[in-house]
Amino acid sequence: MNATEITTQITTAANILNIDKWDYGASFSNDYSVQVDRGAAKQLKASQKQVITLRVWNKENLVGITTTSDLSKTGIKKALKQANIASEFGNKNEFTDFSPLAKDPIQVKEVDKKNPLGIKKLLKILREAESKLIESHEAIKSIPYNGLSESFYERIYANSDGALRNYSKSQAAIYLYARAEEKDKKPRSSGSVKLGYGVEDIDIESCIKEAAKKTIAHLDYSSIKTGKYLVCLSPEAFLTLMNAFSSIFNARSIIDGVSLSDKNSIGDLISIPALNIYDDGLNEKNISSAPFDGEGTPTKKLSLINKGKLENLIHSESTAKIFNTIPTGHAGLGSKVSVSPDWLVIEKSNECSDLNMALEHKKYQGNFVYIEELNAIHAGVRASQGSFSLPFEGWLYNNGKKRSIESATVAGDIKYLLKNIINIENEEELTTSGISPHIWINELSITGDE
Amino acid sequence: MVSASIKSTEIKFGECNKKLLEEVIFYGISLGADFVELFIENSDNSSVLAEEDFITSVSPSFGKGAGIRIFKDKRDGFVSTNDLSKHGLMRSISQAIEMLDISKKNNNSNFNGLDKLKNYSKSKINWLNEVPTINEVSEKLLLSTKSLKKDKKVVVRKGSYARNWQEVIIASSDGTYATDIRLHQTVGLNIIANDAQYRSNGSRRFGSHGIPNEFRLWDHEKAANEVYETSMNMLYADYVQAGQMPVILANKFGGVIFHEACGHLLETTQIERGTTPFSDKLNEKIAHESVTAIDEGLSEGSFGSLSIDDEGMEPEKSILIKDGILKKFLSDRAGELRTGHKRTGSGRRQNYSFAAASRMRNTYIAKGEFTKEELINSISDGLYCKSMGGGSVGATGQFNFAVEEGYLIKNGKLTKPVKGATLIGDAKEVMPKISMCGNDLELAPGFCGSVSGSVNVTVGQPHIKVDSITVGGR
Repeated sequence: MNATEITTQITTAANILNIDKWDYGASFSNDYSVQVDRGAAKQLKASQKQVITLRVWNKENLVGITTTSDLSKTGIKKALKQANIASEFGNKNEFTDFSPLAKDPIQVKEVDKKNPLGIKKLLKILREAESKLIESHEAIKSIPYNGLSESFYERIYANSDGALRNYSKSQAAIYLYARAEEKDKKPRSSGSVKLGYGVEDIDIESCIKEAAKKTIAHLDYSSIKTGKYLVCLSPEAFLTLMNAFSSIFNARSIIDGVSLSDKNSIGDLISIPALNIYDDGLNEKNISSAPFDGEGTPTKKLSLINKGKLENLIHSESTAKIFNTIPTGHAGLGSKVSVSPDWLVIEKSNECSDLNMALEHKKYQGNFVYIEELNAIHAGVRASQGSFSLPFEGWLYNNGKKRSIESATVAGDIKYLLKNIINIENEEELTTSGISPHIWINELSITGDE
Repeated sequence: MVSASIKSTEIKFGECNKKLLEEVIFYGISLGADFVELFIENSDNSSVLAEEDFITSVSPSFGKGAGIRIFKDKRDGFVSTNDLSKHGLMRSISQAIEMLDISKKNNNSNFNGLDKLKNYSKSKINWLNEVPTINEVSEKLLLSTKSLKKDKKVVVRKGSYARNWQEVIIASSDGTYATDIRLHQTVGLNIIANDAQYRSNGSRRFGSHGIPNEFRLWDHEKAANEVYETSMNMLYADYVQAGQMPVILANKFGGVIFHEACGHLLETTQIERGTTPFSDKLNEKIAHESVTAIDEGLSEGSFGSLSIDDEGMEPEKSILIKDGILKKFLSDRAGELRTGHKRTGSGRRQNYSFAAASRMRNTYIAKGEFTKEELINSISDGLYCKSMGGGSVGATGQFNFAVEEGYLIKNGKLTKPVKGATLIGDAKEVMPKISMCGNDLELAPGFCGSVSGSVNVTVGQPHIKVDSITVGGR
């Protein structure tokens, strides 16, 4: 079914059920993925999925919702009926409406349409990648976590007020996580992930090289003494932290009382003045960009932190109404509409004279801990308290020489961290979750085995 | 071989689908598959969220779908679809056959038709009608959030309920033909307390399987008291000082560490990947002799219990570790095929869009002989982890768990509360250090995410003592 057909079907069913106001978000996808194990196909997977989330408004303007994968006439009618029943329990404390921007123009990125390569070709490519990675170093014994996938999907938003928008795109991903073992040493593991609009776009060679380089580099490890260290966060690690604490600039979280910010925080200095943070879902380098959110609001670039000050919050329709502003294109579609960032871009602002420019991870000769990747985010972050305690992969640098850290955690407080940034390096790096330079923090607690 | 004449052209739940299923399976075998399995699902779920004194979300969902798995030698291809017509299922079979590059010439398999239906759903037909209505759920959730309103310091109060009803049909070319109905209900309470610069959280989750009336019986006052107590105890807590120390892990959800750090390493999926250090340790000592660990799907009403697994096999009680000796791995069909470990009724999946994998059910460390006080008295300087948060295990077996509610132990006594503690280690090193097990085994429900999606499980243990572990802090 296409966007027009499904909208017509819902309109007809809604008319029969006397439902005047509704909207929906639908997703249709075809996904293909492969995994291998030492040359053999491990699991080959294909899936065809369709799912629709319908919202209806009753006469009291309360909203009910239902999600279903049954897009038959009977299924859609049942979903509308269920949503109508659920609307009796709609939130009387916070009214939701259509996004006022649901008919505004959207920017759909022009990207070459990719065609499915098919399972056999995916398998061949992944086998070769696995083989090359295993052959790259004698200590690499296996690639226990690997996968190559391609996905083709269409998203639709429409409402009874005449909004109708859709886009379709393709996306591909490869991940290779190698396990290396040496005699009398603990096994070590590291890897790499690469995305593209299609498999042809993915730089598989660089994924192999990166996975090999990181894994091998960690073979020579030692424990680290528990204590406070000067820390350099990789772009990936800093973006991981900022995403984990994105409730700081999330209006939904503020309303729910689970954010470190409050309704009056706009304009507050929350980091050093040298830091700018944007949310830029439409950035040309963001493979996963979507031109509109779950409520049909167009995606746009939004300044979140400008020269250290909280400048904007991300909003859905209902949170924007409460804050007397407009939605920002960050909403999901649900009974309680969630709000989340798209793709963060971290920059050095022009108020950077207080930074210690001598701190560059490639040149600095002093002692510091380099945190390459943070793990176990869901377990180690207390977003509502601002604290974190996370295991990481990284190195201890000493007089220009680096050694992998055996196992350790870094703990701290996000407010402290943002105000104790002592350098933001010049070079920005592209990651799967955004763009950021390396960020230096004056002092963080590291727990090691000593 | 079966030559079936088709009467129905689409799967119909609650009716006999034998002929249609046989034709679809026969189609796969005739194209050269060694083995064909169909997992067909009809689901009806709903969730309700209460925040402060309002219902803020009611989310029903329903759907149907099929997961089709084909084996050839030790390889498998999996296709999922929402199309339950004969044409849709056969198209999926063809897709899986093509993926595996199967040619008819290689086919040595046979299909003698499906066995007589094993109907595990007979006594469960009315479950969906017996669960509480949205109205009932809403009223009780609002009572529970009201019960959390004990103090001005309580700034966030949440109660959530979820009900997942699932009807499954499982048919495969070894003759397996079974239907079942599953019903899981879970309810959770969350609180945030705030006083000036101090903030703390408290949370509890409760869950059951196959007891439609369970939510009505839930003691929300008791639950609210527990959550409130945790948040108040932790509100002014200092950060724990990092280091190596002995710890006592509380019973119930304390078992999450065994689940994550050791249980996953005893799934055949991990043997296949080469990511468990225990793959060649069967009948060898891998833990302290005080440790016996069990995984089973049989405890009545427990969140991880099931009548049949998602491959149609009745679950067994699997003694994983007996007095410190590794006795068994958890295995599914693919695990048996690829590692030789017999199936244990542990083939599980979140829904039709995942292929089944070897997964835990109700997993716990058996009770020992000590009281909780004896465990605490045995430590002069350590940490008592009363309530655990989430955690994770890396590719090399290293785990990391947050302690939600912790207390320092000084000279055999519990002293001040501490926050920010993280337990770090790996199973191979920690299992031999569990030197004392208490006599107060209790279980707690949870959700486990892994290769075949999120499944309902139970974790559990008595109070246990770990002689030394790395505690992350500040």
